[in-house]
Amino acid sequence: MVEELKYQQLNETVYKETLDNGLQVFLLSKPEMAKTFGIFTTNYGSIDQTFTPIGKDEQVTVPEGIAHFLEHKLFEKEDRDVFQDFTKLGASANAFTSFTKTAYLFSATSHVEKNVKTLLDFVQDPYFSEESVEKEKGIIAQEINMYDDQPDWRSFFGTIQSMYHQHPVKVDIAGTVDSIQKITKDDLYTCYETFYHPSNMTLFVAGNIEPEAMMTLIRENQQSKEFPDAPVINRSYPDEPIEVAEKSQSIKMPVTTAKAMVGVKENVKDLSGQELLRAELLSEMILDFYFSRSGAFYEELYKNDLIDDSFSFETELDRQFGFTILGGDTRKPDEMTKRVKEMLHELKDTSISEEDFTRMKRKKIGQFMRAMNSLEFIANQFTHYHTLGGDLFDVLPVIESLSPKDADEYLQHWIKEEAISIFQVKPQDA
Amino acid sequence: MKVSKEKLSTKQGYRLHILPSDKYKTITIVAKFKSPLKREGITERALLPHVLQKATNEYPNVRSLQSAFENLYGTALSSDGSKKGENHVISFRMEVVNEAYLNDQEPILEEAMKLFHQVLFNPKTEGNGFDPEIVNREKQTLEQKITSIKDDKMSYANVRLMDNMCEGEPYSLHVHGYQEDLASITPEKLYQYYQNMITNDLLDVYVIGDIDESQIETMTDQYFSRSQSTNVDNDQKAESKEITDVKEIVEPEEVNQGKLHIGYRTYTKFGDDDYYALQIFNGIFGGFPSSKLFMNVREKHSLAYYAASRFESHKGLLLVFSGIDPKDYDQAKSIILDQMEAMKNGDFTEEQVNETKEQVVNQLQETMDNANGLIEVLYHQMISGAEMPASQLMENIRKVTKEDVVRMANKVKLDTIYFLTSQEGGE
Repeated sequence: MVEELKYQQLNETVYKETLDNGLQVFLLSKPEMAKTFGIFTTNYGSIDQTFTPIGKDEQVTVPEGIAHFLEHKLFEKEDRDVFQDFTKLGASANAFTSFTKTAYLFSATSHVEKNVKTLLDFVQDPYFSEESVEKEKGIIAQEINMYDDQPDWRSFFGTIQSMYHQHPVKVDIAGTVDSIQKITKDDLYTCYETFYHPSNMTLFVAGNIEPEAMMTLIRENQQSKEFPDAPVINRSYPDEPIEVAEKSQSIKMPVTTAKAMVGVKENVKDLSGQELLRAELLSEMILDFYFSRSGAFYEELYKNDLIDDSFSFETELDRQFGFTILGGDTRKPDEMTKRVKEMLHELKDTSISEEDFTRMKRKKIGQFMRAMNSLEFIANQFTHYHTLGGDLFDVLPVIESLSPKDADEYLQHWIKEEAISIFQVKPQDA
Repeated sequence: MKVSKEKLSTKQGYRLHILPSDKYKTITIVAKFKSPLKREGITERALLPHVLQKATNEYPNVRSLQSAFENLYGTALSSDGSKKGENHVISFRMEVVNEAYLNDQEPILEEAMKLFHQVLFNPKTEGNGFDPEIVNREKQTLEQKITSIKDDKMSYANVRLMDNMCEGEPYSLHVHGYQEDLASITPEKLYQYYQNMITNDLLDVYVIGDIDESQIETMTDQYFSRSQSTNVDNDQKAESKEITDVKEIVEPEEVNQGKLHIGYRTYTKFGDDDYYALQIFNGIFGGFPSSKLFMNVREKHSLAYYAASRFESHKGLLLVFSGIDPKDYDQAKSIILDQMEAMKNGDFTEEQVNETKEQVVNQLQETMDNANGLIEVLYHQMISGAEMPASQLMENIRKVTKEDVVRMANKVKLDTIYFLTSQEGGE
């Protein structure tokens, strides 16, 4: 049954239906746009390495980088490359793999129905062969090499690796040049069959669509296919302590300017989707207040030449893991990380005034409204929060509900010495 | 298609472009300052947007200015400098939430415009110059940016390709400026340059969103008029150099992956009849995942994760870029050069031409769904004097024939092959 979720302030309506096979479908009609964006997401990413395959009793651990490898290989069929199918329909297609999700997407301004069908059909019709698996290894090896040469990526990932002891979030999403060599056609089928069941997936289509006709098309498409009963997916993750693995690490790279990051390992255990969303918003508002350009800490760091324009911060909370990372380019990596870490500890003894907190709320509302101009943002983020059990469009009411007291409370429990890691990328001759 | 709804008017010291659209929950205002690309003043132009965004006479430091923007529902102001052929354009972009979507209805658009005006026309000064503390700090930041271009290997390889390919032409100038200029840029000299720019650059102002035209016009007249300015377009037309010898440059650096970047000249610019054929040519050659470069370098030979081409519309360049293992240089290079030969020989189908046309049209329509994308399309047209409604643009793309694409391919000339490789060079 189609459910209408109305969001009055935003003047948007989302149409929702859970199909018989378990697939969750969300449609957002924006007839004023020329474009339609569709994204088909499975709740399966790089951290899902150990699980019980569908129809089996024993757990297996698959090679690192396999979710991403599988994403590449779904585009190749026995007789063709799926990119060509979208090309023929004047559309552009892409895909990405994150820690917790794999998503396939297209955007188009014509033949929207056919593009949606193409998207569903190619993801639900895998074809893996030994030969094509071997061929892909060279391409992905170059993708890994490309990232290895990027100091920003290395510093981001290095920070996560410092924070985590054994959780697979510390494994590079694409794996390593060595780990992908072990991947076989059979491994790909095992992962596919376990994680690509419709009941583990979400389809979001936003843009120039007529919701009823689109829902009918999707329903009929899914009814025409056979799926086994929805499996209960049994995944397992190693126990991860609250403390970080390494307090401080640094690597050398051929860079002219050092990069320095401070990571806070977040404890997300037992948080519901809505709680994750609220915690993310609070954390970002607090960081905004102190560390954005209007902030006292930013001013001090910038004036003392400890940071430059590249300084940024983010909080990411997901199922199984979470982190806050602050950092960027710096001429004085040691001084910078020392001072930022002190500042984080000082937060406990500060509080934000009513007036300043209102300003941060307004800023956050504005940021959200700007993001709402993007079909991609809406579809991606809606899927993200929905998978966690939350609702993207609750962002506005949640922001409205927050008070300086909530921030004070959050600050009391947030920063702990044992949950902080420092990671630096230094020039080779330094 | 709403591009035809653009309302253009010539105002005192600026041109105003109003684009009513119900696609957005925000209102976007972009001010573009254009001047001929020259070695002299390039570093000042790189520095100015950063200095201007730091403080005004009313909000004399970063914190107070940023707080003012935050209070206006996080109104975002950003700026950047870019090359449009052999002209330099500084763009200031502001995005304000449309009041209609807020619970408390405050006149934030007017307040935001006022703030935008102050940033552009009333920056913080001391004596006859900018605030020295701000200028010195921003010089440091810019210097760091200039030296760290090398840290992003893809951008660095692009810069090196342009250095070599367009040596002696204004197009090779670096938009980030030059380290050696920084010492002599004083707060006073920078302020002189600023006064020249703010008066004499060609200024175009775009406003897009769910807006009331007359209300916007009243505001922009108040906040963007320049009484001293005639707003004359002093466009510098880019030269197209004839190629005598193909250059091949191999530079070893500490990298894992080699960056193979190849530069061609197209002798075709925005507004030329062949420009539509160039778009289709590029689509088939390397513009999309269905292209020859992607299919051959990546899918068939597994040499790269990315292999693509793009063209520059005002200078007439076509650039190929790919990331490969250093040892595969010769093979990758010859595959890429072969794909160009295949294009010249018409080794592609009518069907490919038709599919590519639809892809280019799709790309254009998607771009125009985005406020900044639409403004860029219109500005491109404006500065090249080739204005036409979107429907006409698309019709012209759809008219391109296979013969047009082959003719276009045969105009394209190889100029420079640049390879950034590892120290071992794959030995």
